[in-house]
Amino acid sequence: MTEFPAMATGRDGRFLNRTEAMGAVALALLIFVLLPLALDPFRLNLFGKYLTYAFVAVGLVLCWGAGGILSLGQGVFFGLGGYALAMFLKLEASTPEATKIQSTPGIPDFMDWNQITALPGWWQPFHSLSFTIFAVVAVPVIFAFIIGTAMFRRRVGGVYFSIITQAVAAILTILIIGQQGYTGGVNGITDLRTLKGWDIRTDEAKTALYFVNGGLLFACLALAQFVRRSKLGRILIAMRDREDRVRFSGYDVASFKIFVFCLGAGFAAIGGAMFTLQVGFMSPSFVGIVPSIEMVIFCAVGGRNSILGAVWGTLLVNWAKTSFSESFPELWQFGMGALFIAVVLVFPDGLAGVWKQHVEPLFARLKPRPSAPQPAE
Amino acid sequence: MFADYSWGELVSIFAMQGFAGLILFSVFVLMALGLAIIFGQMGVINMAHGEFMILGAYVTYLVSRLFETYLPALFGIYFFLAMALAFVVAGALGMVVEWALIRRLYKRPLDTLLATWGLSLILQQLFRTVFGAREVGVTIPQWMMGSLPLTDTIEVPINGLFVMALAMGISAAIYVLMFRSRWGLQVRAVVANRVMADAVGINTERTDRLTFGIGCGVAGVAGAAFTMIGSTGPTSGQLYIVDTFLVVVFGGAGSLIGTIASAFSISQAQSILEFFLSGSMAKVLTLLAVVGILMVRPQGLFALKLRK
Repeated sequence: MTEFPAMATGRDGRFLNRTEAMGAVALALLIFVLLPLALDPFRLNLFGKYLTYAFVAVGLVLCWGAGGILSLGQGVFFGLGGYALAMFLKLEASTPEATKIQSTPGIPDFMDWNQITALPGWWQPFHSLSFTIFAVVAVPVIFAFIIGTAMFRRRVGGVYFSIITQAVAAILTILIIGQQGYTGGVNGITDLRTLKGWDIRTDEAKTALYFVNGGLLFACLALAQFVRRSKLGRILIAMRDREDRVRFSGYDVASFKIFVFCLGAGFAAIGGAMFTLQVGFMSPSFVGIVPSIEMVIFCAVGGRNSILGAVWGTLLVNWAKTSFSESFPELWQFGMGALFIAVVLVFPDGLAGVWKQHVEPLFARLKPRPSAPQPAE
Repeated sequence: MFADYSWGELVSIFAMQGFAGLILFSVFVLMALGLAIIFGQMGVINMAHGEFMILGAYVTYLVSRLFETYLPALFGIYFFLAMALAFVVAGALGMVVEWALIRRLYKRPLDTLLATWGLSLILQQLFRTVFGAREVGVTIPQWMMGSLPLTDTIEVPINGLFVMALAMGISAAIYVLMFRSRWGLQVRAVVANRVMADAVGINTERTDRLTFGIGCGVAGVAGAAFTMIGSTGPTSGQLYIVDTFLVVVFGGAGSLIGTIASAFSISQAQSILEFFLSGSMAKVLTLLAVVGILMVRPQGLFALKLRK
């Protein structure tokens, strides 16, 4: 089989090479030490929100960077995960005592506003936390499995896949907004208060959730790294570069694509659930076409081939978005547009590529012993 | 769901909704034709297509204001000038974009998608800065207002008829351009085999630029027509972009007839369902059906057989 340059890094058999290990430690220091020390609880919660998008970006590195599948509907999975948890929290917040001013006490307030008098059957299982945690991951993954099977088995890929996933994002948004009696409509599911009696709105709870979120993110990063280091990861890259040859070598290309698409969906769903917990609501504005494609740009800015880069990219773009759009909202929109164009034309490998090309050679020069140049990832 | 209506009422409902569907169909056709040229023929995903359409709409708005202020006597015919201008402005911008952006990305279709999305964000903000965030509407000339009563219960609006006529006219013009002109021949040659087309002396770069420009120009005309039936805001283009891509993909990329057929079926399904269900459910069901059919038949309704 032909040697692919992108595979070369994994051949030493180690889980992380030295640069990757250093990058992971640096990121862990930033997330677990630097940010919590430097920021007040409000800002820390904001960064916690950004980190929930990083789950999606890491999933996209696997799907798009490694597998060559660009999904423009990751917001669907982010939203499904977030909505699943929001439904549980909403039911907990809608006790008969808390909602006794409604004409039907005990159901979520938006249902009451829409003249619904009984909890719909598909809401019932979300009284249980264990079912909800299962559903947070299972529903999006099954959904991704259905889409993936239908598309990849028929060898639909490339831009067609992107358009279809985008259409799915549009459909789900219209559906959620249209069925406001069951979904909370355009406002989403709001006013979430407690998780099993634990008030999630206090500063302490938000800080605790920030650390839980960071821990989950690192678990996903480790899983993503494991996938990339495994034979599966190599096949994905081989498939991206020469799909036909992989198919002719006897691999079932579609199964690999479906798997990585489901994995990306699972990551996005965990991110969505953590988003609901930390921000305290879930709405269709995180499901549709615009948020989905923005998540792609987080990944592209960080570097579509770099798992850690995706996290950095997400943090950087969101931080810039918040700081710029507070003071110059008009300028930000231009900046975002220019970012899309620049990341494609000028630095297609994102921050990770810039780092590899320009910063690592500097380190190499500092070292007494010249080390071999790192192959591009 | 039909039980509550008498037979005569049902016929009227279907006729009126069918006609509303025909107007939607005309808008889809106008938008999708430009995209069918760019995506179908060149394989380029232009996510900023909706913004080119809105550019045409704003050009029409400007021209109508100019006529209102300086040439009120000729106001009845301003639309034709506006349409021509919309074609030229959108087409020129399209050619600039092709030169600056698209031609560097022909080998990376997914990246084109992202870059043109960035372009659409920039254009949207530009519209917002220049024209304001509020939607603007144009004054429709006197002769286009009102409606034609066909029977007691069925009547058709004239501006709708006009948009339909326009859609048919432009479809015919594009057909002639694609299949009866030298340029069309060159475009089809480049699509079929770029290297060979280059070898026999076709300037493929110029053909690409012209094709992209004409596609964007047609979008501009679509925008001009759009002002006759709705108002224009900076983000109106984004509302239609997914529908339009689905129309083109559903019809089978590369097939103009397929594009028209799929625009027809999607718009009719949507507007007839709209009467019986809520607008959002009608749209959800239509889009779901389209996505479902595409999963079973990914090549679309009319597949063009090409050697890859």
